[in-house]
Amino acid sequence: MAASPIPLRIDSVVKRFGDLTAVAGISLDVQDRTCLGLLGPNGAGKSTLIRSIAGRIRLDSGGIQVFGQPANSAAARAELGWAPQELALYPLLTCRENLEAFGQYQGLRGKALRGAIQWCLEWAALTDRADATVKNLSGGMRRRLNMAAGIVHRPRLVLLDEPTVGVDPQARNRIFEMVEALRKEGTTVIYTTHYMEEAERLCDRIAIMDHGRVIALGSKEELVAQSFGGRSDVLMRFASTVQNSAEWAASRGGTVEDGVGHFAVLQPTDIAVLLGGAARDGLEVIDVTLRRPNLESVFLQLTGRGLRQ
Amino acid sequence: MIAVIVRTGFRALRRDRGAFLLAFLLPIAFFSIFAAVMGGMGNSSMPRVSVLVVDEDGSAVSQRLVRGLRREPSLAASTRPETKKGQPVPPEYTAATAEAAVKQGVAPAALIIPKGFGANPVAFGSGTGRQPIRILHDSSDPVAAQVVAGMLEKVVMTSLPDAMAGEGMKYFDQATGGLTPRQRQDMASNLSKLHDQIEKRDQEGNAPAADSGNNFGGLVAVEMRDVVGENKRSPMIAFYAAGIGVMFLLFTASASAGSLLSEAECGALDRILSARVSMTTLLAGKMTYCTLLACLQLTLMFLWGAAVFHLELFTHLHGFLVMTAATSFAVASFGMLLATVSRSRAQQAAISTLLILTMSALGGSMIPRFLMPEAMKKVGLFTFNAWAIDGYTKVFWRDEPVWHLAPQVAVLVGSGIVLFLIARRLARKWEYQ
Repeated sequence: MAASPIPLRIDSVVKRFGDLTAVAGISLDVQDRTCLGLLGPNGAGKSTLIRSIAGRIRLDSGGIQVFGQPANSAAARAELGWAPQELALYPLLTCRENLEAFGQYQGLRGKALRGAIQWCLEWAALTDRADATVKNLSGGMRRRLNMAAGIVHRPRLVLLDEPTVGVDPQARNRIFEMVEALRKEGTTVIYTTHYMEEAERLCDRIAIMDHGRVIALGSKEELVAQSFGGRSDVLMRFASTVQNSAEWAASRGGTVEDGVGHFAVLQPTDIAVLLGGAARDGLEVIDVTLRRPNLESVFLQLTGRGLRQ
Repeated sequence: MIAVIVRTGFRALRRDRGAFLLAFLLPIAFFSIFAAVMGGMGNSSMPRVSVLVVDEDGSAVSQRLVRGLRREPSLAASTRPETKKGQPVPPEYTAATAEAAVKQGVAPAALIIPKGFGANPVAFGSGTGRQPIRILHDSSDPVAAQVVAGMLEKVVMTSLPDAMAGEGMKYFDQATGGLTPRQRQDMASNLSKLHDQIEKRDQEGNAPAADSGNNFGGLVAVEMRDVVGENKRSPMIAFYAAGIGVMFLLFTASASAGSLLSEAECGALDRILSARVSMTTLLAGKMTYCTLLACLQLTLMFLWGAAVFHLELFTHLHGFLVMTAATSFAVASFGMLLATVSRSRAQQAAISTLLILTMSALGGSMIPRFLMPEAMKKVGLFTFNAWAIDGYTKVFWRDEPVWHLAPQVAVLVGSGIVLFLIARRLARKWEYQ
């Protein structure tokens, strides 16, 4: 018996907009029932890649298959749900009417449609606001409805493009719970964000993107191990009067971001060496932190820039 | 500080092309249209009133009057239909065919010179025994009949001075107790000379001197009859319902189709197209919505006209339905074209305001086209307004059968299809990036 096709196969995808290469030859496989995080700063190419998977972009080269079918084919569309970064809703319709419209666009009718709407309202915790118009919802509610409208047809692969943009921490937690509920049902999720804590919490695997490329791919632990081995991250805050911290940090294999030096050390005792060197060279250090490296550290290590720069 | 505010305002205006067009181009366009309609482009473009002339008398006097009418610069008098290429010359109008032609809208008025007119053409005061000239007119053009009647008086004065002088002498003779034989002989001689001079002038084709002085009534007996709207209770209501209705229909269609741009701007269009909806299906759906909305809008307007202004809607239901469907389809396609040609909702709003107001001015929604110079009437045919108003006028005013609407329906539906196909082509920009 032939193995069933994987949810998503991205093969050497290139997309250019004029002189700008938004996606520069990305290849990725996403396995069933996993959550892949696309992590990267603004302009890394995450949304372009997502829109390419949704079949909304004509690729310059390469190909994308959704459950073995070319992206943008009718079969792929049926298996795919997409919640775009923008609030792609009808502002003058109610929650229920929006879900009804997008459900019908996906071919749902009658009892199946009514059932899907009810499921979506419960999933998005909007049952009590079902008959409120979109313009009267809070930002978090709109975000949740935006996600619900993308999965009303219960697809097996869901693309969530920065679903927490512009929402407060409480509303963000509610969105996390929605994604986790989806995952429990066995849905494969592609989740783009530039918040590393979201990727760490929700994703099995993370693709770190920069300048249209995937520069690292794996679980959080794998990425940290690839970049830092057994080393730990030392954060050293310099006094505002210190002028040459960047050069000094670079000479010791570190980087400086917002006045904070980032260094990788094998042993906690290596901190003393760093502090001694700073004192010897006349750099005033305000505080020092030792922490386990995270995705932010990995990105900084790989690109020399912070995720939100 | 005020200077900064002013400078900022002008900078923003300069970069907002829509606002810029509305602020400067639209007023100039409107000024030009109204100035042209009201004759500001010179006398050569002044509208001439078409009149069909029937000479039942055939006397020398009546023939002279016909020649005078044909020479009158403010009238476009014709005695027979235009000869089509390769066709034989059509027969001259009779009273019946001229009346039918007025009913069909060929001309707003017909002038019938009755038998016996030449024997007693003019009289001062009420006169007796005169055969009245009949003016059959279409009151949807209330100006035309008055112009024809006024010009008739003028032409009589300039073309039949001998008849006037003879009539004057008759009154003089009665008032003074009779002329001497010598005076009568001199009078007859002078009238004969005057008659010869006029005949000679007519044969040489010299037009009488244009005289825009006062008209005075009663020279010729005139009987006026409204042959189109004589049985109508509210003659011009259908005209206004169609004219105003189509203009606002265009605005509504433009706004409704503009939802496409709003959906594109908020990302809903992307989401819809990533579902099982093709661009053609989406546009067809929007088009259907706009068409139905326009149908409802027109129906409501005509129902209001029937309820409040006694518009005879229910006796003209078939023609109304045909014209409403065709007009709604055409304006919906126009809205779709505007939505797909524009890059943003703001741009669409500016372009549509400019185009719709211009089309409405040229197409007769604001000023009846019969008041316009010929050239502008022809330009008006490039607008939906003109065809729709013509169609509704045929239905409600001229009581023409539904199949007579074929030209209007063909133009409206045909151009609607063409505009929709262009819109579909332009919408490719949203299909993929």
